[in-house]
Amino acid sequence: MTPAIAAKDLCVSYGKLDVLRGVSFDMAEGQGVVLLGANGCGKSTLMRSLNGLEKLTSGTIHIHDEQLSTARGRQLRQIRRGMGYVFQQFNLVPQLNAFQNVLLGAMGRHSMGLLSCLSLTAPAQEREGALHCLERVGMADRALHRPSELSGGQQQRVAIARMLMQAPRVVVADEPIASLDPKAGREVLDLLWRIVREEGLTMLCTLHHLELAQEYADRILGMKAGQIEIDAAIADTQTDQLNALYTGMTRVDAKPTEVAA
Amino acid sequence: MSDNTNLPPRFRAPSALSWVVLVGFAAFFIQGMIASDISVDRLVRGASNLVRFVGQAVPPDFSRMPNIADAMLETMNIAVVGVTFGCLFSVPLALLAARNTAPNGVVRTLARFVISVARTIPDLIWALIFVVTVGLGPLAGILAIIMDTIGFAARFYSERFEEVQKGPSEALTATGGGRLSVIFGAILPESFASMTATSLFSVEKAIRSAVTLGLVGAGGIGVELSTAMRLFRYDQAAAIILVILVVVVAFEQLSTSIRKRII
Repeated sequence: MTPAIAAKDLCVSYGKLDVLRGVSFDMAEGQGVVLLGANGCGKSTLMRSLNGLEKLTSGTIHIHDEQLSTARGRQLRQIRRGMGYVFQQFNLVPQLNAFQNVLLGAMGRHSMGLLSCLSLTAPAQEREGALHCLERVGMADRALHRPSELSGGQQQRVAIARMLMQAPRVVVADEPIASLDPKAGREVLDLLWRIVREEGLTMLCTLHHLELAQEYADRILGMKAGQIEIDAAIADTQTDQLNALYTGMTRVDAKPTEVAA
Repeated sequence: MSDNTNLPPRFRAPSALSWVVLVGFAAFFIQGMIASDISVDRLVRGASNLVRFVGQAVPPDFSRMPNIADAMLETMNIAVVGVTFGCLFSVPLALLAARNTAPNGVVRTLARFVISVARTIPDLIWALIFVVTVGLGPLAGILAIIMDTIGFAARFYSERFEEVQKGPSEALTATGGGRLSVIFGAILPESFASMTATSLFSVEKAIRSAVTLGLVGAGGIGVELSTAMRLFRYDQAAAIILVILVVVVAFEQLSTSIRKRII
């Protein structure tokens, strides 16, 4: 079986700064992987490059056997359509309500493109689809609320509904709960993983919480200084080993003591 | 008092360039005062003329009100039609000129050039150009307002587009949306309120310009005003000026209240 994501020797440099230094990994279809690492280790750059938002200096990425790293224009958009992206900052359009934001998830999917996802012109079937997605994240009763009228957790639920609307096969979630309080974060993460498992999607998710990673993931990737240090099935990982990812760094945001305690 | 050399100086000597600019400005100013022949005597005479003008202008003569109303209506037509087309043309032009929506650098430079030409040439000069090309009358006025509006609105639209948050646009790019989808899905909705405010400012500006455009023959109430002044019918001129005042203030009030509602 061809892997859902195949990344080989990824390098990204900004001038003299090497952010990714030869990252390689494969993910089988349906696998749920958590990527751990301290701030500044290159996690976000890796996630962004998997969607083509970040240009690779060298290396190749295949998504379901399609080469992303060299794709341009229409071909690149085609690959992105099959890939949902959940952002730390939700990235909803502030002036549109939850329903309209979810509709935008259909953006790349239709031959009608643009017209299929603007609330004025979307076909009834897409509108029903969008409402259904909102129902699945428990936000149907907030369909007409703008992001500013929703809590952080609710906004991320809407963003997840938008991702669902896209009907992706692969999901990339870049610190989906880092902006949320522990309780809301827990609920949102629960929802995200449940949906991913129900739909049989492949997900790569970055988290800062070791215990949550161990609870949800099939496998853990650990990054340090732009390289993969740990790549292990969840049963084989040890907390000490994971904590080592966060030592020797200048910033203390990741609180290594949290898990040891 | 002790002689403390550590105190900061009261005055920092300006650089050589500042001196050159300063002296240049002073010379130009003095030359201007002399050249325009300003004297107390002339100002005093001017004041007495002003009193005579006001004396003849009061009471205003509203006997030609039907003509004035017609001309005012024409002015408003010029302003509204001109500003509507101006704003419509401004949107695509602004999208081509904004850093985050322009297809490439060449197009962007070109679009910015068009916008700055439209802005740099004053509305009265646009009106003169169009009077020559399409003849006297409101069409010349409308075209002048369109150019003036583009110079103003397209610039502010494009600045607004460049200010939109990166996140939502990026999210739509990540779903596989093309450039146009991102523009319609995120950038235009995010800019809508500010664009409406800019458009309303354009309307206010257009009404004020349209009033003066008649002075060069581009239609509207300006024609009436310049005729009345040339015939020394200051009472009729006063009536026209009062009508202009009422309409312009009414428009500004209306647009302010709409703007408050949106933002």
